[in-house]
Amino acid sequence: MADELNQTAVVEAPTERKKLIEVNNLVKYFPVRSGLMRRVNAWVQAVDDVSFFINEGETLGLVGESGCGKTTVGRTILRLIPATSGEVVMNGKNIFDLNATELKKMRADMQIIFQDPYSSLDPRLPIGESISEGLRVHTNKSARERYDIVVEMLTRVGMRAEHARRYPHEFSGGQRQRIGIARALALKPKFIVCDEPVSALDVSIQAQVLNILHELQRDFGLTYLFIAHNLSVVEHFSERVGVMYLGKMMEMAPRDLLYSDPLHPYTQALMSAIPVPDPTAKRQRVILEGDVPSPLRPPSGCRFHTRCPIAFDRCSKEEPVLRDYGGGHYAACHWLEMGESGASKLTPENIAARKGRDIAQKVIR
Amino acid sequence: MEQQNELVLKVRNLRLYFNTHSGPVQAVDGVDFDLRKNEATVIIGESGCGKSSLAKAILRLLPRNAGTYDGEVWLHDKNIMKLDDESFRKEIRWKRISMVPQAAMNALNPVLKIGTQVAEPAMVHMNMNEEEATKAAVRMLEHVGVPVDFLHRYSFELSGGMRQRSALAMALVTLPDVVILDEPTSALDVLTQASIMNLMKRMKKELETSFILITHDIATSSELADNVAVMYAGQVVEVSDARRFFTKPLHPYSHALMASVPRLRETIEPEFITGQPPSLLNPPTGCRFKDRCPKRFEKCDEEPPTVLVDGDRKVKCWLYV
Repeated sequence: MADELNQTAVVEAPTERKKLIEVNNLVKYFPVRSGLMRRVNAWVQAVDDVSFFINEGETLGLVGESGCGKTTVGRTILRLIPATSGEVVMNGKNIFDLNATELKKMRADMQIIFQDPYSSLDPRLPIGESISEGLRVHTNKSARERYDIVVEMLTRVGMRAEHARRYPHEFSGGQRQRIGIARALALKPKFIVCDEPVSALDVSIQAQVLNILHELQRDFGLTYLFIAHNLSVVEHFSERVGVMYLGKMMEMAPRDLLYSDPLHPYTQALMSAIPVPDPTAKRQRVILEGDVPSPLRPPSGCRFHTRCPIAFDRCSKEEPVLRDYGGGHYAACHWLEMGESGASKLTPENIAARKGRDIAQKVIR
Repeated sequence: MEQQNELVLKVRNLRLYFNTHSGPVQAVDGVDFDLRKNEATVIIGESGCGKSSLAKAILRLLPRNAGTYDGEVWLHDKNIMKLDDESFRKEIRWKRISMVPQAAMNALNPVLKIGTQVAEPAMVHMNMNEEEATKAAVRMLEHVGVPVDFLHRYSFELSGGMRQRSALAMALVTLPDVVILDEPTSALDVLTQASIMNLMKRMKKELETSFILITHDIATSSELADNVAVMYAGQVVEVSDARRFFTKPLHPYSHALMASVPRLRETIEPEFITGQPPSLLNPPTGCRFKDRCPKRFEKCDEEPPTVLVDGDRKVKCWLYV
């Protein structure tokens, strides 16, 4: 398993790998209720028509600003919250069609690691109990067997057997996150949603948690959906990366393609905003004006057109389609659809030609 | 060597301990650093290393359980630690040294309009009347890029970035000598972060203010920094100019910290620092980083001296003695 994983990561065009999870046209709207009768008078369009797949043993990164719907995607895939429409196929079955018994069986294969290690552990349970809770629910293992698994999992994440009897408040943030990983792992799942697993941790220990996740993937053949807002962390961790904006998938590509040649203007803006720890680095930056529009009333056409420095009239009228531009590099942008190479790039020339020199100077600094 | 700017703030041997049931917590333990006019000093450290307490100690915003509080804080040629509380409040706080608190976007008063809040420091500390103060507030809001019609809005109607800008306007409205920014961008998205950092760079250029930037985000801090002070377990372990710090950090802790930052388009995997920072209740004797330090040797059980390296860089480590 480990060998196979390493090889496919190196090979440019991945050979046919088995898809573990397929997400088709996933939609999740949250109702907004107000007034005396608590009537639904608006919908938050958190996730709107998102499709993707994850191969077995692969890590798919999902990035975007807060409120773009990436966490909602993770949670609806696990059916922790019901989807509005769409399907999620795992093992040939649509998990939205499963009844309670089937779902319980499926759940043993799908786990989640939460963002906040401080609130995701029960403060009144010794951590050994938290880790073995899933085993109690899903298996009929004896207390002794469960304890053995707890110890095994704790050792795997670099902790000791005697920690099992301690309470969450006795641990640091990094340790708690490792406990969260041990808990997700206890049932030997196939698929784990990692929802911002390191963003609440100090940068000095982030790499430790990421290394543990890496090792576990290698040893157990795990498949990850890795949700994060930090593009540099995602780059180090994922094989393919999807970029979301306001509930839509804007771009999705193998990691190296995405980072060397981001096609969508939004991805380009995100990348140019990443800080580099080097004060001598002189580089041009794309500065987007304004804020993310409200998902209550998302813009018409391309959802990014209100902030896009190279948007034109078609962008506000028609929604671009997510298309493959070679090598599994998907993007949704009208400039790309019209087929000119380089037309979607946020270069000073492109912006000046379309919006004038003043705007170009304002946007690129 | 270019000519150095005039010294604005000089902190010497500043200490702030908190009394707790289990004993004094040595949150700030003998901190020294300088701040020059129109420059920015970045205080970097992990959570719990005492960087926010340092901000509180400089502004004398002490919680009730503050114990030991001494040392020297020189603002220009005046030791402001010698002032009594009332004159500190009248002459220093917000007038000369102001602050953007941590999570400033949530620190705004939800029942006051933005304009009123930004004008308030000018009325209280500069004795302006309401009209003058509002004018000053409008000027400052324009400066930081908040549309003027936001004056009559409430904080919950604003986005995170706009709230952060308003908090910055509030700190700048009295045109202080020093502004302390406590984690100004840590709760913001990367795009908003970039535009706030750009704004602060512009503010530094346009106003003659000096900044103390407190952060754990090394990558972002490098954009504003002229000088860097690294804090570990209540102490400053390295002080250096930014250029040399970011290319060649001295202290083993600074090294480890820099190596843990994931960088874009690089094949080097980020590393991590084993263990966790010591408790500030009973910090270990000798070097406080020794238990996590890869370069530890016998000497480290003794308190390391602060040595000068490369002329004017300071490092608290036995390796450089």
